[in-house]
Amino acid sequence: MAFTLGFHIILASLGVALPALMLIANYRGLRRDDPDALKLAQRWSKAVAVTFAVGAVTGTVLSFEFGLLWPAFTGRFGAVFGVLFAIEGICFFLEAIFIAIYIFGWNRLSPWTHFWTGVPVVITGLGGAFSVVAVNSWMNQPQGYSPTTGKVTSAEPLKVIFNPAVPYEVPHMILAAYLVTGFLVASIYAVGMLRGRHDRIHRLGLLIPLTVACIATPIQFAVGDTAARAIAKDQPIKFAGMECVQKTSTHVTEYIYGRCTSSGVKGGIGIPGFDSFLVGWSTSTRVIGLDSVPADDRPPANTMLHWAFDTMVGIGTVLIGLGLWLGIGWWRKRDFPQTRWFLRATALSGVAAVVALECGWIVTEVGRQPWIVYKVMRTSDAVTHADGVWITFGVILALYAALGAALIVTLLAMSRRWRSADEEDDGVPYGPEPAPPPDLATEAPR
Amino acid sequence: MSKADAVAVVLWIGVTMYAIFGGADFGAGLWSLLAGGRDRGRRPRELIDWAIGPVWEANHVWLIFVLVVLWTGFPSAFEAVFSTLFIPLSLAALGVVLRGSGFAFHHNARRARGRLLAERFFGLASVLTPFFMGTVVGAIAGGRVPVGNAAGDRVTSWLNPLSLMIGALFTATGAYLAAVFLVSDARRARAPDLERYFGTRAIVAAIVTGSLAAVGLFALDRHARYVFDGLTAEALPLVILSALCGISVLVLLHRRALRGTRVLAAGAVAAVIWGWAIAQHPYLLPKELTISAGAAPSATLTALLVVFGVAVLLVLPAIGLLFTLTQRGVVEETSGPSPLPSEGEA
Repeated sequence: MAFTLGFHIILASLGVALPALMLIANYRGLRRDDPDALKLAQRWSKAVAVTFAVGAVTGTVLSFEFGLLWPAFTGRFGAVFGVLFAIEGICFFLEAIFIAIYIFGWNRLSPWTHFWTGVPVVITGLGGAFSVVAVNSWMNQPQGYSPTTGKVTSAEPLKVIFNPAVPYEVPHMILAAYLVTGFLVASIYAVGMLRGRHDRIHRLGLLIPLTVACIATPIQFAVGDTAARAIAKDQPIKFAGMECVQKTSTHVTEYIYGRCTSSGVKGGIGIPGFDSFLVGWSTSTRVIGLDSVPADDRPPANTMLHWAFDTMVGIGTVLIGLGLWLGIGWWRKRDFPQTRWFLRATALSGVAAVVALECGWIVTEVGRQPWIVYKVMRTSDAVTHADGVWITFGVILALYAALGAALIVTLLAMSRRWRSADEEDDGVPYGPEPAPPPDLATEAPR
Repeated sequence: MSKADAVAVVLWIGVTMYAIFGGADFGAGLWSLLAGGRDRGRRPRELIDWAIGPVWEANHVWLIFVLVVLWTGFPSAFEAVFSTLFIPLSLAALGVVLRGSGFAFHHNARRARGRLLAERFFGLASVLTPFFMGTVVGAIAGGRVPVGNAAGDRVTSWLNPLSLMIGALFTATGAYLAAVFLVSDARRARAPDLERYFGTRAIVAAIVTGSLAAVGLFALDRHARYVFDGLTAEALPLVILSALCGISVLVLLHRRALRGTRVLAAGAVAAVIWGWAIAQHPYLLPKELTISAGAAPSATLTALLVVFGVAVLLVLPAIGLLFTLTQRGVVEETSGPSPLPSEGEA
């Protein structure tokens, strides 16, 4: 499940944020009478459609996995969190319809009317992200159902939907979607520029997403910081795992990397008292340690968990640096820095952002172990009693490799066609239905 | 009607939609697989590629709709089905993913090289998914899915005469729906040879499906008494309706009078699906779990019905908007000069 989710999350992030970039380009194109911006918007809308379609497939697989892998989890709690998926379903369906309208409407609707048909895509994308992340939030902070053991006989949907982890998990994921998408798209155009393509399309194609990402990243940092503090309070064992805190104490050292062992952290860089400070703004803040619970209530793979957390934060910090570089360049010359180093950094930022995203998910999912519903249901009790899970995993692995390859090949081919000025839009998912191929007809038109 | 029954109705609407649209999509894939070699199969595949079009994966929406309503409204039934029937459902999911990678290859492999391989791949998927979905239905109807986490036999539940029969029936039904739809598409594309090609196949598929359905009834009689009794009593009008629709389609196809064939074919399928539901009522899993026993708590059912209501209010007008625009767009296109040739086949 981790594998299929890790794949899906990239596509879903693009599905949430790329429409917004598309609309920004569209807006600029209309407001400033900029045909290059309009062309970018049109191309990005087609990329949205392709990633959305593949994302739908990965989403379907995830839905199956709720039953194939975790039937006991869904069997017991499906009635509790399921309503959120129903809401996500509406958002998804509406998003699909409006992206179809938007793509179809290019040159067929009046320009501003057309622009407004893209707005529901952004809104429903946000709605879908909210719903799905709210489910994960509920798994971390379960509430809104009773009784607490055995079969659920009553539920309070509003309490499920607005559970205590939502205020930090949801913004954190939405911002992540925007910054991953922004850096990924910018990095593609950065690579193009490094290869000598300095046309206006590339400039705008780099600048618009990079600006969005660079604004999102510092905000994300602050939200992440708040989230970590909330987790220290609400899920102290998860926090202890992330930060390798063995014993409950005050003046806890903050470790950057290092190996987590039962007798403390070996190696790594230690900043005395800093962990306590981050949790409660004072070095005498008490941080709960892993040994406050029995061994099988602690998350596994502590070192990996800790490294994932530090990597995510580290990448975030570096990306803020990239944003500062952009900001200073803009302030001084009303343009992004024209150096090859800047382009190289931007070219790498996309992959770096994806790595940070996956690290973040490792932190939250592995950190929650051994619980699938925190302190309520263990992952081991949720899993299917059918055999053959490993076989299906192997098959899925192979298939997703093929699917990923197909997606990248398709996007590359699209970009190649755009470069050779071939802007046909038939065959794009959600695009207009093309006229029947004329060579099929064997009789004259009526 | 109780709230649980209402949610069951919502679930069934989703099942019907998926059966018709998903079935037709998979059926088209099957025809693509059976179309023959590169030369012989070129024209039929060209029609199929155009007809399935870029929006094929809208079908996934119905599947997800069904899964979500099932696990929210009837979670213990969901758990039972997905755990006992792990193998066929995994294989069905595999088919879905293959179909998904399909469009990406298809869009790109206009070059003949990768194309035939891609076609074979997706033809395979098009058989896998409906077949294994059918075995799942057969297992449920045959009372082989007990409540609990993989409490039933993970192999014999779906590997038995009734389940395999229903699997074959599902595949045939998909092929039938697809062929009927493709006849109309061939007419729109002004390709009378393809009209005849798919017309013949539609008739053959109709006969095969009808025969399988009849044999299926015998199998139900032997292995799923409860459902059989239901089909021959309360659900009988729907069974007859289905047969009548099927016969009408045959007659119309024979006469090359295509108007109404698609609706009637879809109607035949829908009638059987609702007939099955009525035959099985009040059981979700005969004779283990009733709709009311398997239903989620009241607040969840209410929330689900509210969400469904909101969905209808929001989604129907949106689809209407899309439809109006497409119609207007089509009108504009066809009233202009002849369309530009699509990007070369090579």
